[in-house]
Amino acid sequence: MTNVVTLKINDRDVSGRDDETILEIARQNAIFIPTLCHLDGLGDIGACRLCLVEIKGNNKLLPACVVVVQEGMEILTDSPRLAEYRQMIVQMLFAEGNHVCSVCVSNGHCELQDMAHTVQIDHIDLAYQYPKREVDASHNLFSLDRNRCILCTRCVRVCDEIEGVHTWDLMGRGIQSQVIIDMNQPWGTSDTCTSCGKCVQVCPTGALFEKGKAVAEMTKNPAFLPYLVSMRESKKSP
Amino acid sequence: MTRQIVIDPVTRIEGHAKITIQLDDAGKVQDAHFHVTQLRGFEKFCEGRPFHEMPALMARICGICPVSHLMASAKACDALMRVKIPRPAIHLRQIMNLAQIIQSHALSFFYLSSPDLLLGMDADPQNRNIFGVARVNPALARDGVRMRQFGQQVIELLGGKRIHPGWVVPGGVSEALSADKRDAILAMLPEVLIIAQRTLVWFKGIYGQYQEEIETFANFPSLFLGLANDDDTLEMYDGLLRFVDAEGNLVTEVAPRDYQTVIAEAVESDSYLKSPYYKPLGYPDGMYRVGPLARLNMAKSCRTPLADEELVEFRQQDRNSSFHFHYARLIDILYSIEKMGQLLHEHDILDSRVRVHASPNRHHGVGVSEAPRGTLIHHYEIDDDGQITHANLIIATGHNNLAMNRGVLQVAQRYVDGARITEGMTNRVEAVIRAYDPCLSCSTHAIGQMPLHIQLLAADGVVVDEMKR
Repeated sequence: MTNVVTLKINDRDVSGRDDETILEIARQNAIFIPTLCHLDGLGDIGACRLCLVEIKGNNKLLPACVVVVQEGMEILTDSPRLAEYRQMIVQMLFAEGNHVCSVCVSNGHCELQDMAHTVQIDHIDLAYQYPKREVDASHNLFSLDRNRCILCTRCVRVCDEIEGVHTWDLMGRGIQSQVIIDMNQPWGTSDTCTSCGKCVQVCPTGALFEKGKAVAEMTKNPAFLPYLVSMRESKKSP
Repeated sequence: MTRQIVIDPVTRIEGHAKITIQLDDAGKVQDAHFHVTQLRGFEKFCEGRPFHEMPALMARICGICPVSHLMASAKACDALMRVKIPRPAIHLRQIMNLAQIIQSHALSFFYLSSPDLLLGMDADPQNRNIFGVARVNPALARDGVRMRQFGQQVIELLGGKRIHPGWVVPGGVSEALSADKRDAILAMLPEVLIIAQRTLVWFKGIYGQYQEEIETFANFPSLFLGLANDDDTLEMYDGLLRFVDAEGNLVTEVAPRDYQTVIAEAVESDSYLKSPYYKPLGYPDGMYRVGPLARLNMAKSCRTPLADEELVEFRQQDRNSSFHFHYARLIDILYSIEKMGQLLHEHDILDSRVRVHASPNRHHGVGVSEAPRGTLIHHYEIDDDGQITHANLIIATGHNNLAMNRGVLQVAQRYVDGARITEGMTNRVEAVIRAYDPCLSCSTHAIGQMPLHIQLLAADGVVVDEMKR
């Protein structure tokens, strides 16, 4: 049994169901909150922290994608503090990986690149880490370039939740974290991968791409996902 | 007591370099060297990258000749895929390559070398630049700007942007040519053809004044290397690697993939630029030259009417002076404009089939094309997954390294007097380098005015003479 709640976002009165997240309510009301790990059709995990919002009476910033609304909440989606945090997060993503837009297959079609524009980053204050990361081109259709991975785990979730295979997972902690295939083996040797390509389509950067694409040629179409989910749900409940 | 003159950096070239001139006890020039003073590392850091990325990645070597690297790199990738690309794609690549040759030659001739040619080698360095040219001969400067703009506009029409277009890809090009764009390029040709002819007339008019420079600017017999096609006509895009001797006689011919049977690379401790040499003659006797002069020395004809007329006249010069690079560059421009027109009239130039897709089918791939400055070689090796395991690039400027060093020595011996350095003296030493139009931008990018600092040092380090600008 769900109830309707009323709340304020940026001083605006809005309403929603009490099982909906702040992000959902905000988007229903055309209020912009930046996200990278969120994707319509996938479960949320609050990994990227870009959707942090301020909630009156709470000192902590909370991720809008996983916090459900409550009656009387007063939420701020934009403030100098949030803008600074968001810039810092995107800067950290750039500094932590090896992102070279000019020679990337996703140049011009990259959600990380777009996000840098959105949060108005014109330079990186942090020291680049230049980590040594591996490229896995062993699959006959797709390649994985970990240099461009931001650990949003969309690939992990789409493989698990939609394709139902769970070929992808995470390994390691902190800066050592990386996405892996099956038991950390070359993609081309995976027994579970169905080569469906959903992971490639949902990847926000050039970390996953179709083989044979040259610079700036990799465009993705994650919009298939909500459609797929709704078709599946409608079959489950006739 | 030996002394040394250092010209650091060399100005009005693309990139950073210095020249050292060694004087003997009597103040006579004993030795001279051209040093390239920075390292880029592209061959190393592309290791591990998927080969489909290579053209765009390698194009970033340079902002002036990115198209040349796109060509050689894409051809090396074609070889890795073991594919023959569609005919229209070959022609489209050729058109972009010709546009690149035009814009780069315009930069070299008008922006960098015309100040020496118009104002004189001894002119005040304050004026001896493109702005000085614009003051003295505004029409010439305007022609230079327009010619370069034309080349860049063609590149933009084909590839979407002037610098680093991503349009040349393994297997062909990413987008077919539209009728609108073809017509836009064709409409520009008459104007630039007139500019090219006008500049040749002007240049031939002043050529007589440079007889002494012609005799001393790297004027010595050497081998020449370039691409050769079946009809021995001027070739910029494909063919065999051909060496000819100083008289133009065939020395040897090999397929690009066998380049290592005839070319080896020596490393000098005082320069980051390697010194390739013709293997059978060994190092350093295997010195050879590439570029506009080499191409014209090799070709029996251009197979374009206006350039062929100029070639006949050009043939009356001796083949060996690097000063003729300037002359040859202008004929290259004329040829490129005419050839572009021919290619744009090909019946299938608007065909939509411009790309083939394939997996890697070979572990080694070599791609060779003619860059503005000469033969450009990209050689890649990949693993089973198509990731680069090894890359070797031989840039046109590298081929010319030994000859540039010989040229610097020859000019220094003729013009430099150890007792007193003059600006015109050292400018001639720089000008011989400029004749080759070395693209050290393939090594670095310079911004603003580069200072020139020359010191004449005694063996004990005492400064005998000094000049700055």
